[in-house]
Amino acid sequence: MQKKECVAMLLAGGEGRRLGALTEQIAKPAVHFGGKYRIIDFTLSNCTNSGIDAVGVLTQYQPLVLNSYIGIGSPWDLDRKSGGVTVLPPYMKSAGGDWYRGTANAIYQNIDFVEQFDPEYLLVISGDHIYKMDYDWMLQEHKENHADATIAVIEVPWEETSRFGIMRTDEAGRIIEFSEKPKDATSNLASMGVYIFTWSVLKSYLMKDAADPKSSNDFGKDIIPHLLSDNANLMAYRYKGYWKDVGTIHSLWEANMDLLQEKPSLNLNDHGWRIYSQNPNQPAQYIAPTAQLTNSLVNEGCEVAGRVDHSVLFYGVQVEEGSHIIDSVIMPNVQIGRGAVIRRSIVGEGTVIGAGCQIGSVDGEITLIPSGKTII
Amino acid sequence: MKRAMGVINLINEIDFLEVLNRNRCVAAVPFGGRYRLIDFILSGMVNSGMSKVAVFTHMKYRALMDHLGSGKEWDLDRKRGGLFVLPLNTEEHDERAKGDLYQFYCQRDYFHRSKQDVVVITRSHMVCNIDLEPAIQAHLDGDADITMVYKHTADETLSRNRRIRLDEAGRVVEMQDHNGRLVSDNVSMEIFIMTKDFLLDLVETSLAQGYDHFFRDAIMKNMNQLKIASYEYTGYLGIINTIQSYYHHSMNLLIPEVRKELFSKNGLIYTKIKDEPPARYLDGSIVQNALIANGCIVEGTVENSILFRGVKIRAGAVVRNSIVLQNGEIYPGSSITNAILDKDVKVLEGKVLQGDPSAPFLAVKRSIIGQ
Repeated sequence: MQKKECVAMLLAGGEGRRLGALTEQIAKPAVHFGGKYRIIDFTLSNCTNSGIDAVGVLTQYQPLVLNSYIGIGSPWDLDRKSGGVTVLPPYMKSAGGDWYRGTANAIYQNIDFVEQFDPEYLLVISGDHIYKMDYDWMLQEHKENHADATIAVIEVPWEETSRFGIMRTDEAGRIIEFSEKPKDATSNLASMGVYIFTWSVLKSYLMKDAADPKSSNDFGKDIIPHLLSDNANLMAYRYKGYWKDVGTIHSLWEANMDLLQEKPSLNLNDHGWRIYSQNPNQPAQYIAPTAQLTNSLVNEGCEVAGRVDHSVLFYGVQVEEGSHIIDSVIMPNVQIGRGAVIRRSIVGEGTVIGAGCQIGSVDGEITLIPSGKTII
Repeated sequence: MKRAMGVINLINEIDFLEVLNRNRCVAAVPFGGRYRLIDFILSGMVNSGMSKVAVFTHMKYRALMDHLGSGKEWDLDRKRGGLFVLPLNTEEHDERAKGDLYQFYCQRDYFHRSKQDVVVITRSHMVCNIDLEPAIQAHLDGDADITMVYKHTADETLSRNRRIRLDEAGRVVEMQDHNGRLVSDNVSMEIFIMTKDFLLDLVETSLAQGYDHFFRDAIMKNMNQLKIASYEYTGYLGIINTIQSYYHHSMNLLIPEVRKELFSKNGLIYTKIKDEPPARYLDGSIVQNALIANGCIVEGTVENSILFRGVKIRAGAVVRNSIVLQNGEIYPGSSITNAILDKDVKVLEGKVLQGDPSAPFLAVKRSIIGQ
């Protein structure tokens, strides 16, 4: 296999339990987002746009949809002779074999995959996050700093620090303290779950970690603290821009609504940094004479005859006359009958909402209608 | 139908689409918000189970080559077979003038090397969603030399087409020139099915007689010796080779039944993917009866119109009964009615453009109007 300077390992095994019915059948990275994408499109597109052409995707939970979605990687230009995208589920070995017991363990079990490319550096990213980032800039910084590991960080509001892995850095950007979900944070720089490691260093830590029966085999809980206590050169890479971990129904809804801001902080129309996805080959959308659309995102294959305000419609959605969709996310191939009203809801793929149905409420929690249901 | 191979013959195809045909052949003319004309027949072939298609081309094919690429979008990037774009393969420059018969002759090795024994020859400007399998089967079951696909329609007065007359047995007994008086409402779709051996034989004997054109000479002049059967296509058909027919059939896409027929009846129509985000409608947009592709940003008013990928309609701009091709931009306060704007056209602030449905206002690719 051709040598690669940097190989990416994309963690896509997340169950996403807090996304409820949306992740009953599919892994979190495969959840739909933004009218035409799945969450994993962002990290895969980031890889290809950053010039990284060897990507291992670590899957574990409900991999069927994710596997067939990734395929041989052609939508992201990752169908390559050497490298490209490889889906890496857990596998059996002569001495047993096991599920991935943690994020670090998932990489540990695939050391052979990484070594094929004889890389200097390993990029570890998570398929759960929505952001646009040039990993190559981060790699340049990592090299300039002669770092053992570089962790991308973003400033988060102080009141949210207890949800993240928080870093404290010195003036040069070197990480001097790391605490996972602290109660009283001393910094508001949160880890984005984007790491670049010098491969030889990481490899030795992965081996040590695997030999430790008490370890939870996790980057945030084990590998990073070990590196820190050994005084390794750990650098923070400051990222400014849109970054979202869509862990809950509410944050998924919110991330979709973010795209409807007047000037969205996540610009999908940037031709210099396209987000690629599988294309369902639908005709252009049709907006009927009875339709009324304000501040919405509508994908190909939709037929809209009703009213749509501040909402996101995925491909193939049919909105009949007299219906009204407000502040909602309507996933692919949903049919919405005459006179139906949908407020502050996420409607799952292929669901049929019968005529006159009233769904969702003006305030309170976001209503989730699972995929493939018929509501009358 | 695995036995059949396709040939989309673009040589001497009528290209009266004015600005839309400047620097691009008919096959590459954008249509329906996100397609190019060739997508329809090419997808039809693929959806009919054909896995080897040649495109005979001779002029203005840069945009076409870019569009077709490796044939991946049509699932035609194959180890064996797949898509072949074949420009003229001549030894001398003046052989160009010889017409498509000579091209068939030059490509005889291509036919010989193919394992398929039936050839379906088509043009690119027939917008339809056709299942060719029953037509090919009908040809194989019958004893005709050639089977010709036609449509019975009174709707094709704006395009340049050939009428045919059939006898009671469905045999083609008369074919008209493009300018002939109208003998019937049966319009040729310029789709011909024949065995490969018959095709090669016809090409050689016709060339030997000094003929140049496959249809006008080899078929029409040999009408009496040939047994030509007909096969009726009953789905939606748009023959696109004049601006009037382009405009007419584009506007027909606003009719739900037409879209259903054309975009999904016998399978999907495939095209090159552009990876544009979903269309964005902002506050203040008024959109009625419009076909809109991804990547569009609409702040103004759009009525009875078609917007291709990446078009921007700014606040206060009004677009009526118009077709705006890829990446067009209509600035605030300007208004266009009955217009066809080619790719990358900008209409600057406050401009008013007005065409007539029978003679739409046309703007050349990349022009900036109002400077």
